[in-house]
Amino acid sequence: MRRLLVLTAAAVVTAFAGAPARANDSVLKLTQDPNQWALQTGDYANTRYSKLKQITADNVGKLQVSWTFSTGVLRGHEGSPLVVGDVMYVHTPFPNIVYALDLKNEGKIIWKYEPKQDPNVIPVMCCDTVNRGLAYADGKVFLHQADTKVVALDAQNGKVLWSAQNGDPKKGETNTATVIPVKDKLLVGISGGEFGVRCHMTAYDLKTGKQIWRAYSIGPDSDILVDPEKTTELGKPVGKDSSLKTWQGDQWKTGGGCTWGWYSFDPQTNLVYYGSGNPSTWNPKQRPGDNKWSMTVFARDADTGVAKWVYQMTPHDEWDYDGVNEMILVDQKIDGKDRSLLVHFDRNGFGYTLDRKTGDLLVAEKYDPAVNWATKVDMDRNSPTFGRPMVVARYSTEHGGEDVNTTGICPAALGTKDQQPAAFSPDTGLFYVPTNHVCMDYEPFRVSYTPGQPFVGATLSMFPAPNSHGGMGNFIAWDARQGKIVWSNKEQFSVWSGALATAGGVVFYGTLEGYLKAVDAKTGKELYKFKTPSGIIGNVMTYTHQGKQYVAVLSGVGGWAGIGLAAGLNDPNAGLGAVGGYAALSNYTALGGQLTVFAIP
Amino acid sequence: MVSTVNLKRAGVFFFAAFSFQVVGASLPAFAETTPPGDPKAVKDEDGKYFDASGAPTYNIKPDGTVDWFTYSGYRRYHAECHVCHGPDGMGSTYAPALIDSVKVMNFDQFSEVVVGGRQNVGGGNDKVMPSFGLNKNVMCYLDDIYVYLRARSNDALGRVRPAKRDDKTQGTTDAEKACLGE
Repeated sequence: MRRLLVLTAAAVVTAFAGAPARANDSVLKLTQDPNQWALQTGDYANTRYSKLKQITADNVGKLQVSWTFSTGVLRGHEGSPLVVGDVMYVHTPFPNIVYALDLKNEGKIIWKYEPKQDPNVIPVMCCDTVNRGLAYADGKVFLHQADTKVVALDAQNGKVLWSAQNGDPKKGETNTATVIPVKDKLLVGISGGEFGVRCHMTAYDLKTGKQIWRAYSIGPDSDILVDPEKTTELGKPVGKDSSLKTWQGDQWKTGGGCTWGWYSFDPQTNLVYYGSGNPSTWNPKQRPGDNKWSMTVFARDADTGVAKWVYQMTPHDEWDYDGVNEMILVDQKIDGKDRSLLVHFDRNGFGYTLDRKTGDLLVAEKYDPAVNWATKVDMDRNSPTFGRPMVVARYSTEHGGEDVNTTGICPAALGTKDQQPAAFSPDTGLFYVPTNHVCMDYEPFRVSYTPGQPFVGATLSMFPAPNSHGGMGNFIAWDARQGKIVWSNKEQFSVWSGALATAGGVVFYGTLEGYLKAVDAKTGKELYKFKTPSGIIGNVMTYTHQGKQYVAVLSGVGGWAGIGLAAGLNDPNAGLGAVGGYAALSNYTALGGQLTVFAIP
Repeated sequence: MVSTVNLKRAGVFFFAAFSFQVVGASLPAFAETTPPGDPKAVKDEDGKYFDASGAPTYNIKPDGTVDWFTYSGYRRYHAECHVCHGPDGMGSTYAPALIDSVKVMNFDQFSEVVVGGRQNVGGGNDKVMPSFGLNKNVMCYLDDIYVYLRARSNDALGRVRPAKRDDKTQGTTDAEKACLGE
């Protein structure tokens, strides 16, 4: 097998040993040590890969529950705990409690932080009060609360060292995402695309919480921090007013483009990578134009926020295919050449491979064969539509128009994958991707905007992908060099849990029924499963304590998956006979936030 | 911008007038409720049906043709409500099944909750419904959503998009435009 290099923190540290602080030294140090788990995404590159290999494909079948912890909260539990040294930091959905657990003392609670938040933020959060977790840097634990307050807690005692207000929930601005500490800054996103919020990425001073830069996704050049001459899309300068030109009138002011996904960072390029969400409203007829820079991959300078390059995946969205999913940074060979890659599994059903230095598009292929809204992404460099999806008129809700039900669109608004992050193993060179196998009917209609109120403008109904295995999900292995599925495991429900790849040749993920599953990284063969107390929408992580490897996951069904699938889906085109024909999640699991930690006895 | 004018328009369109303060008026979690009674339509006003108590209701013909408001309610429910209450009024991990709620609460009580919101917080299971009183996308279609849910709650309509429907009347179109302020 070709030797594949991942851009690991370790490599970077070696490269810059003795140089002035790059990235964040404490984060780099922690993320290169597989015994700890200091970022939600495992490392800056978002690989979710661990070098730990005590648990292997041969022995994972002996895995047992080592200890458990109830979070005391019943809402959907996304994200994962962190482990730094002898302490595990566990977060919850709203009210966003943080627990510091003493691993030396059987998980005894060292401190607990519970913010006081106005419960009126709850209904403003689209689709459950989830929170995708904490970050750790320089002895501080960072939490971005539902009400968009960002707090830095002293990791020793949970005391608030600083706080900053990132948005206003009264306008529909909320938060579900984690944050990422980069160098001397903390990068923070925001939600509210269903409320007509104009979203942004903001950098705060890691020490004081003072705002350093803010880059909107949509608006005038001065707001979106682009350089018309130097910021490029697919190699060409974006030009003046690149966002404003693609909106009608003042519509950009309620344009969405939210930043609630995952953030990655490459210390070599000094670029931060993330995606922006859907344009508001969901009625495409009401916002003519490409609606830039919604649905866009951004590569921004970590120090200034200025975009080096952008790439809009779904111009003029007609399906709610947010572009927020994680950007995974890997180094692989394509056509015999070493490439610095960014790999992204978009909601729109295409797996994109780009050159992360230049933003050049290398591969864009469907990672679920059911995807039908576009035939392909135009890969002809000489074509005026290079890089754009070739939309199929029959599945275009813009083409269908207002008050027309466009049927049989795959994927559904959930996307072929939502935020649930994929993992990458440098050992196999493959990506492990939790996916949805769900399609939809979509009927856009006119809506009016009221600040702080939902601004949706479409009727949706979802159903399992037709003419397939009847399940609503798959767990796949993907080769991003070629854009091909290597293996695919069918799942009864959408896989809404973040994957973990390990040097032991085992890949872990959770299911909505509540199973923690371990599969062989090479073949996908199921090696182990255990049913935890509630459905899993959290992400699997691993760490060691006193020399022993543990695997941990949060259970607690909820989120979009819990809302959409609780009562089961129904094929709207199958007539009355099909009622209850598909599995209802409520028959398999119930609410309950719990951490389950596994080990081999 | 909160528009009093538009709210008044909404009030005109929706003959149910709400005199209490809209913003922040949250009902207690378990207010007294009254079942809605017989859903049988006894009056037809320009394609909109009412039961004996004067509450809006559905009218579904033997061949499955639904009245315009049931159809419109299906659409509005799946735009405004389903992101919390789940598809087809069936409930979710996040919010209750409204096809059950409208079995125990009548139209006025239903309207009060939609307009004023509702809070049930604490115990690790915080539930908060916002006030929709200022949201024209909801308020201009309150009857529609109710009628749809009422049909669902009585099994008069299944978990399907209504296949056949009555046309929208000109009066309904005009009233909708007036309510939306268009």
